[in-house]
Amino acid sequence: MTRLSTLLLGTAALALLAGTATAQIKIGVAGPITGDLAAFGEQLKRGAEMAVADINAAGGVNGQKLELTVADDRCDPKEARSAAEKLANQKVVFVAGHFCSGSSIPASEVYKEEGILQISPASTNPVFTERGYQNVFRVCGRDDQQGMVAGTYISQRFKGKKVAIVHDKSQYGKGLADETQKQLNKIGIKEVMYEAINPKEKDYSALVSKLKQAGVDVIYFGGYHPEAGLIVKQSREQGFNAQLMSGDALVDKEFWAIAQKAGEGTLMTFDADPRKDPRSAAVVQKFKAQGYEPEGYTLYTYAAVQVFANAAKAAKSTKHEDLLKAVKAGSFDTVLGPIKFDAKGDVSNPAYKVYVWKDGKYDYVDGKGQ
Amino acid sequence: MEYFLQQAINGLTLGAIYGLIAIGYTMVYGIIGMINFAHGEVFMIGSFLTVIFITVLGSLGIHPTFTIIALVLLLVIPFTGVWGWSIERAAYRPLRGSFRLAPLISAIGMSIFLQNLVQFLQGARNKPIPVVVPGGFTLVESDGFPVQVRWLQIVIVVMTVALMIGLTTLIHRTRFGRAQRACEQDMKMAMLLGIDVNRTISATFVLGAGLAGIAGVMVAYYYNVVNFYDGFLAGLKAFTAAVLGGIGSVPGAMLGGLLLGLIEAMWSAYFSIEYKDFAAFSILVLVLIFRPTGILGRPEIEKV
Repeated sequence: MTRLSTLLLGTAALALLAGTATAQIKIGVAGPITGDLAAFGEQLKRGAEMAVADINAAGGVNGQKLELTVADDRCDPKEARSAAEKLANQKVVFVAGHFCSGSSIPASEVYKEEGILQISPASTNPVFTERGYQNVFRVCGRDDQQGMVAGTYISQRFKGKKVAIVHDKSQYGKGLADETQKQLNKIGIKEVMYEAINPKEKDYSALVSKLKQAGVDVIYFGGYHPEAGLIVKQSREQGFNAQLMSGDALVDKEFWAIAQKAGEGTLMTFDADPRKDPRSAAVVQKFKAQGYEPEGYTLYTYAAVQVFANAAKAAKSTKHEDLLKAVKAGSFDTVLGPIKFDAKGDVSNPAYKVYVWKDGKYDYVDGKGQ
Repeated sequence: MEYFLQQAINGLTLGAIYGLIAIGYTMVYGIIGMINFAHGEVFMIGSFLTVIFITVLGSLGIHPTFTIIALVLLLVIPFTGVWGWSIERAAYRPLRGSFRLAPLISAIGMSIFLQNLVQFLQGARNKPIPVVVPGGFTLVESDGFPVQVRWLQIVIVVMTVALMIGLTTLIHRTRFGRAQRACEQDMKMAMLLGIDVNRTISATFVLGAGLAGIAGVMVAYYYNVVNFYDGFLAGLKAFTAAVLGGIGSVPGAMLGGLLLGLIEAMWSAYFSIEYKDFAAFSILVLVLIFRPTGILGRPEIEKV
């Protein structure tokens, strides 16, 4: 045998090996792995990685192992499209993501064209599931529900107080602020101020002075935690003690790190905290053993991967049409409890609760979530 | 009136920070006629160094007293100075004498490189530090509206003005400043007359980077959180300030910074905050239409 043919044979053998290695089920997780919201990107990444590890340890799906690809969208709508295309090129069949609504929505167009199942753990803007896309689902609630809870809560607890609505111009932030405003107006409360800020800046002192001048008692902020933290911190530095209330984009301890002591008493709405559910205890323990607190959307991402895995098992296939049918039909046992989707792809029983930040931690405002 | 005063204080502080960064842009432009886009990243590196020093000191159990705060500032300046020197040596000097756009592209590349380097070394998360300079006082109060001033705001404004005066004196009164001005006017002629052009330019970069370092420290103390992409937006605003004030002029950079900060604060105060950048840039365009060289810029003399 000549040396050349040995080489060829060797290459062929290697190619064969590679062939079996790629006969895995490829899935993706996408979110802000870098950028100012990287804290949430880590939640998504950690949640997906743990879910994949656990599923593979239990034998995988239909005899195949899951292989996870992480894509970074920096919560930028343009980046989101290219992250989605990157995942599509990798031939993933399922994506857990994205985090920001402003990313999930443009990315879903790519997934629709390419026939990829998308389950967002965290994107709450109603538009996401309102466009009649068949491949789009989410395991979290919607901002029309969240805004209703927030608006009602403000109207009851802060009766007769001056409310200001502020948002960060993002699809999520503006959407949530507008839903809360709608609910407040419906109850008969008219906000004294409606303002929008530029995200990623550091200085919100002009906004704070403006709120202070208007004698605002409650600031409702639609946006993400870096800005919320800076706004409340700069408020206290100007001797302005209005109550800050915001949404589910504050569920990371980084909010406290930025706001520091000024964050005390900040209110926010978020789905029921799955860490309190005894069904998630074993998984929570595993995260803690890694030195990671599975807060916010970590377990939601874990659940999104579980939904996919269970649907693929039920369908005995990972072909797009079979998967969709299984996801729509089934009820899935996850760390969040049983999940069933309605015709739009939303969860049938979201439960928004009001939380309060205290001493670097957050908990239900009345101890058990009203 | 109290409201106006509070917004003026907000605007002045923000403007002083813009001005502090803008001085670095303007000095480099003044001498070699090039925009150092990596300047914003050097500022960001200054902020990160502050976070690192404060965190290390904190873990050693040393509480940030006044001496420590000043010490960190003095430590960061040489560090960013070395960065400035290295950037010039690696990315700009080899391209000197090349066509005009080459160093500009190199600067943009350097800026992206530094951003990614810090992201790689320090991670992509927001890095908070504890409040090291707390407190302030109420200037006046009426109708339940207290006009609040932080000590740090005073420090930032005073420091910026002092640095501007110091640098203007340096440029107009010292031997080094004379060499700088000579390089600005005609690099070849300066070389023929025995001025070490390379050294003068290097020193200018070190000086500019040191200033960016000071701004970085101040911003880290003031906002208490830094991120690897902070340099971009701050750099853009400072560059705008430098152009508004007249690029190449040190007092112009300061004036441009203060104006930009005040325009942003006042527009936010009385109109929609959403459109404050629109307002600021509209004014920039208007100024450039009527005074193409900026407020304090001198018209460039065409070299024959």
